[in-house]
Amino acid sequence: MKRLGLSGNYAVAYAVKMADVDVIAAYPITPQTTIVEKLSDFVANGELDAEYVNVESEHSAMSACVGASLTGARVFTATSSQGLAYMHEVLFMASALRTPIVMTNVNRALSAPLNIWNDHSDAMAERDSGWIQLWASSAQEALDTTIEAFKIAEDVLLPVMVNIDGFIVSHTYEPVTLPDEGEVKRYIPSKPLTNRLSPRLAYSVGVVGPPEYYYEMKYQAVDAMERSRQRIKEIEADFNRRFGKDYKDINAYYMEDAEYALLAMGSMTGTARVVAESLRRRGERAGVVSIRWFRPFPFERLAEILEGVRGIGVMDRAVTPGGPSNPLFVDVASGLYGMAERPVLQSFVAGLGGRDVSTDEFGMMFSKTKEAARSGRAGPCIYVGLRE
Amino acid sequence: MSTAFRTIKDIPKEEYFAPGNRLCAGCTAATAIRQILKASGRNVVVVTATGCVEVATSYFPQSAWRVPWVHIAFENAAAVASGIESAMKALNRKKKSDERIHVIALGGDGGTFDIGLQALSGALERGHDLLYICYDNEAYMNTGIQRSSATPYCAAATTCPPGRLSSGQSTQKKDLVAIAVAHGIPYAATACPSYPFDLMNKVRRALDVEGPAVLHALTPCPTGWRFDTDKGIDLGKLAVMTGLWPLYEVVDGVTKLTVQVPRREPVKRYLEVQGRFKHVKDEDVKRIQERTDLLAAKFGLGPVRQ
Amino acid sequence: MSKRRLKGWKEIPMGGMVTEPGSSVEFDVSAWRTFKPVIDQSKCTKCGLCWIYCPEAAIVIKEDGRYEVDLTFCKGCGICERACAPRAITMVKEESA
Repeated sequence: MKRLGLSGNYAVAYAVKMADVDVIAAYPITPQTTIVEKLSDFVANGELDAEYVNVESEHSAMSACVGASLTGARVFTATSSQGLAYMHEVLFMASALRTPIVMTNVNRALSAPLNIWNDHSDAMAERDSGWIQLWASSAQEALDTTIEAFKIAEDVLLPVMVNIDGFIVSHTYEPVTLPDEGEVKRYIPSKPLTNRLSPRLAYSVGVVGPPEYYYEMKYQAVDAMERSRQRIKEIEADFNRRFGKDYKDINAYYMEDAEYALLAMGSMTGTARVVAESLRRRGERAGVVSIRWFRPFPFERLAEILEGVRGIGVMDRAVTPGGPSNPLFVDVASGLYGMAERPVLQSFVAGLGGRDVSTDEFGMMFSKTKEAARSGRAGPCIYVGLRE
Repeated sequence: MSTAFRTIKDIPKEEYFAPGNRLCAGCTAATAIRQILKASGRNVVVVTATGCVEVATSYFPQSAWRVPWVHIAFENAAAVASGIESAMKALNRKKKSDERIHVIALGGDGGTFDIGLQALSGALERGHDLLYICYDNEAYMNTGIQRSSATPYCAAATTCPPGRLSSGQSTQKKDLVAIAVAHGIPYAATACPSYPFDLMNKVRRALDVEGPAVLHALTPCPTGWRFDTDKGIDLGKLAVMTGLWPLYEVVDGVTKLTVQVPRREPVKRYLEVQGRFKHVKDEDVKRIQERTDLLAAKFGLGPVRQ
Repeated sequence: MSKRRLKGWKEIPMGGMVTEPGSSVEFDVSAWRTFKPVIDQSKCTKCGLCWIYCPEAAIVIKEDGRYEVDLTFCKGCGICERACAPRAITMVKEESA
């Protein structure tokens, strides 16, 4: 096993190389670009035998990926923010046509105003697109999750988006252990799936679904996503066994006896843990919950983890103007609705457009959550760090 | 190199485009597709942009296609085709597949001239080995005859209607072949299903070349152009004989006329048989004739028959 | 057309593919027609233009070389009649049922 100093983006590129992909179609966008630059290097040096398609837009990137994937080839792309938004309509086609594309989305705020820094508004805007969404919060996790993503995508025949936080994960160098290449090949052998565009079959793909059929066709992808819950669990268990890891749908920290907790996604859960640790040292029963699979949303296990917890602060890094609350909050709230004794939920918005969230601010979020837990009542959404 | 079609007996009897499709009676795009697939044979995948041909041929649970066929969206036929071509190239090279498949992308004028132009430009510039065919019925016929940038000067469409302040389409049709040629591609041509040998031989030559090829086929539309369903093929011939639609090919940048027109018909004959030009005034006819004369001079067509 | 039971989501090929190439032949377009082409075989020169111009592949070439109209697929556009130089094809009004 080799240990290298890699950025999150380079770690993804190494995973894609190990997956021996056949086609990469991508368009540059900050902060994703160094992934596809590295992959271009690998292709240019003959370290990866793939067609690198320098498409003229993200719309074409996703379109080329869907076409390529239908032939049974292993396909990868990466994007961020506006690029993901530009792919929007094709994302739905990729999932409904059941193309197992793997894409890294390096999370970045959506314009306007133009902002290249990190938040989650890009991925949240695509939560209904039928893509599996996994969230990784370190370079090592980005590499490992990308390898898993190929296995998951090709097993359940749905596209998988692996999200990593822009700059915080994508551009931070960390020591990363490369998994054994032979073991990766055994885990995700690179052999083409059925060529759905073969003249031997002469299928028609992407047809008109009239009202008497559209519903059934759409439901197939709903069913695939539902069934993926169990399959991802099994595939992840296999990964953990082979590579000595411990990945799961939700990471729970200090939750065994927690009275209240902060719930978030991505790299900021790291800061939340640090603050929770210091609260613990002061005798507070604070915990942290980090959602790793956003689609399919692991609401059943979330309810198990939150059993007996009195208050949860949900930290969104995206907004839903005019909605009942923000996207992660809404999913958590509806996911927990069936619980006999539900925790009180306090909504927070923080870290939009790359705004730093300080340990003090995390302290405030914990303390507001504790207040809600104790009083049994949450206040309106708190916009953390917003200047009047 | 494939052999040329010279007589009707050279044309394969196999039909890869099945009847029972829902295209209008007298649709010459359907004629064009039959001819295209006879020329290509079955070892081809057809990517179709959203449009008349797409919706009318793939209405679940039925399909008119007897070759592999895929539709993803309106603006991305060339991009999807790029992906397929790249994937097959990789799979062939990596010995993961031994299937060698031609890739044809097919888009209407809306899907080519307007919303799909960027994807087309990208595919041509990257040099994929594919054939892009535009079946040009000169408006958004599928959504009900709205103008596109391929709608000719003065033609009526529902979003460029003639009126007190309007003579119909106020702009000139884009020169798609010139745009394609500007990418330095090895093959580009015009075609029309009224000239089946010319069209089919061009499909063969386009598939024979390494790299991108573009075929721009004029496909008269009885519904949108407002003429009787039996006249589409005749109108195609008239478009060629008036000089409005010169049939030529550009091979490695060298232009060659493929159907000679020693004596041109006046454009008036072409315009007066179509309802979409019913409102056209004499001075507009004159202007169209003058512009056609310039086109004729450029391609070496003969003078107008008096 | 016979009433068929519509397929459920488990029976529809994945992603709504049509796995029977050319199955549009099951769709009846013959009622679109008001005129039908009739070929006078004695005048036919077998030039084949009706066949290659037909949008529907509704002109079929028989084994003995004769051209015939498959009325199941003919939409009655009349392109064949106009393409026929020796005037072997005539469009005849369909009998109203």
